[in-house]
Amino acid sequence: MNARDHTLADFARTQATLPGARVPWLVSARQVALERFAQNGFPGARDEEWKYTSVAAIEKRAFVAMSPQSGHDQAAAALVEQFALTGAFHLLVFVNGRYRPTLSAPGRLPAGATLKSLAAALESAPEALEPYLADDRSDNGQTVFGTLNTAFMADGAYLHLSRATVVEQPIHLLFIATQAGAAGALICPRNLIVAEDGAQATVIEHYAGADGTVYLTNTLTQIFTGANAAIEHYKLQQEAPQAFHIAGIHALQARDSRLSSHSVSLGALLARNDISTRFAATGCDATFDGLYLVDGRQHVDNHTRIDHAQANGTSRETYRGVLDGHSRAVFNGKVIVHPGAQKTDARQANHNLLLSRDAEVDTKPQLEIYADDVKCTHGATVGQIDDNQLFYLRARGIEETMARSLLVHAFAGDLIERIRVTSLRTRLEQILLARLPQGERIRELS
Amino acid sequence: MLKISKLHASVEDKPILRGLDLTVNAGEVHAIMGPNGSGKSTLAQVLAGRDTFKVTAGEVLYQGRDLLPLSPEIRAREGIFLAFQYPVEIPGVSNVYLLKAALNAVRQHRGLPELDAMEFLALIKQKMALMEMNDDLLYRAVNEGFSGGEKKRNEILQMAILEPKLAILDETDSGLDIDALQVVSKGINALRSPDRAMILVTHYQRLLDYVVPDFVHVLSQGKIVRTGGKELALELEERGYGWLEESAPTTAAHAAAKS
Repeated sequence: MNARDHTLADFARTQATLPGARVPWLVSARQVALERFAQNGFPGARDEEWKYTSVAAIEKRAFVAMSPQSGHDQAAAALVEQFALTGAFHLLVFVNGRYRPTLSAPGRLPAGATLKSLAAALESAPEALEPYLADDRSDNGQTVFGTLNTAFMADGAYLHLSRATVVEQPIHLLFIATQAGAAGALICPRNLIVAEDGAQATVIEHYAGADGTVYLTNTLTQIFTGANAAIEHYKLQQEAPQAFHIAGIHALQARDSRLSSHSVSLGALLARNDISTRFAATGCDATFDGLYLVDGRQHVDNHTRIDHAQANGTSRETYRGVLDGHSRAVFNGKVIVHPGAQKTDARQANHNLLLSRDAEVDTKPQLEIYADDVKCTHGATVGQIDDNQLFYLRARGIEETMARSLLVHAFAGDLIERIRVTSLRTRLEQILLARLPQGERIRELS
Repeated sequence: MLKISKLHASVEDKPILRGLDLTVNAGEVHAIMGPNGSGKSTLAQVLAGRDTFKVTAGEVLYQGRDLLPLSPEIRAREGIFLAFQYPVEIPGVSNVYLLKAALNAVRQHRGLPELDAMEFLALIKQKMALMEMNDDLLYRAVNEGFSGGEKKRNEILQMAILEPKLAILDETDSGLDIDALQVVSKGINALRSPDRAMILVTHYQRLLDYVVPDFVHVLSQGKIVRTGGKELALELEERGYGWLEESAPTTAAHAAAKS
């Protein structure tokens, strides 16, 4: 059986156990998605969007969808303890793709805010979700994995903010993959964030897994920002080193709304992010920040897309990567300024630091401009540690490995500093220092 | 302190230094002047250990030891300081981090204890006041967005903090207005001492009005072609370098013999 047929059979086997199995519009949306998958199959090398990222290893492993109860409690609790952030959060924990109330601490949310598991929402009031989940634009037409997510989505977080609701504490969505429960599994979380006019929240999507476990996370997040709403979104990917991680984050922005997306990729053998937003009205603002630190045989692919579909929009995109070992990174950043999107102000930059001769980067900024009164810039660099900087530091008595560590720290730190959630920023700073040969000594300097 | 004998160095197989001799003793200030391309900056970089320059022949003894096999960081810890002609900008590394890392490394090498945070800050503030630098420069990234004058002051600040035995100042005067030149000169003069030597690499004698050298050497085509006292700089200012290149090179050994 080939990988596509295997997946179709898996769907036939599990569809009745998926949440919303008796909700007609959802059954139909899953069916439509599955048919699209059946037509396209997994992407191959001829697919322009997957030119530098092969999913052959995913096909070969034939991951299967999970049964709902799997996941060892003690192991899950230990992982939650390991990956939880310090400080006050609304915490929702998902173990092997399913919400686990006993490990979660959602806390009290302000009136006007709803935060619950997607499966629970589909159980209690599915009609509220229909306009979003059944929306064919959910994956922006970019990836077949988005359709696969719609077919198999089992759980995730549902956040709804009614008009002018402000959630002060960040919301932490922690997705844990356990050794016993996740081995060989296809895990399809689906998150839905709907912020009505003037609403604000900060959401951290965090993926982590038990070392040694091979699984596929295929996650999809939809973000809808109403007029003047502001969503600050963080994604921290710390999957098991042997795992596969495919993620989509797709936003649709109404007038004068703000979205900031920060994506940090540290784990997984193969990771792919498709992050997009569409300015559906004037005056929107988007910040796309990304950081990837990879080593060994890791492969990380970031595809981003910002659609300036209306005028007076501003976008700022900064992606940086540090590559060591035989790792490989792909960056493809599309900025599309549609006809009539005058006074668009868009900047994009992708910078890569190679620490090894065997690391490789393919970077492709892609600007398409169909309006004439716009300001757009982009730049991409791939380079090694700067010899002049290195010599300057050494000439001051700083030993070579320390000098290199300082320079890598400075390069990656630039993006970490932009993270506004203090405990997340501190955590990333610690992770970065732990990866540097002289990280401990750099820590002592501060 | 420093004895350079018949030093040859090249970059990408192009010979730059061609048999340079120079002896510098503790307490002395030597100015090295010469036309563009004569090898002044190459000499400075070779002494600091830049590996883009290959030493093909000759010897450099520093405090009686062979200097050439040492890495740049060991040279710095042993007391060699190069003030860069073009100080390098290092985004993301703050000046204070650099100073602390450098001072820790140097003190550790010299068997001195690390300064605690209070002592360190007090030292830095005192030296910054000498260089008439604003405190905010401390927390900015190394040289990033600094004016030409601020960069050069920052070099002298680092020198003042690291207290080298042999300071090599590569065109520290270039790009400075007269006020900045005075501040930088004051900083350099404050570091003159009987147990410290300095080599001033400069194109013009302007700096030498403020930092008066004991010896002036003229470098031409990779060799020292003339050595004299501070009056030689004035003569060069008047007559240029052309007349020296025609006359037979004198030996730099005079300088060595005198000292």
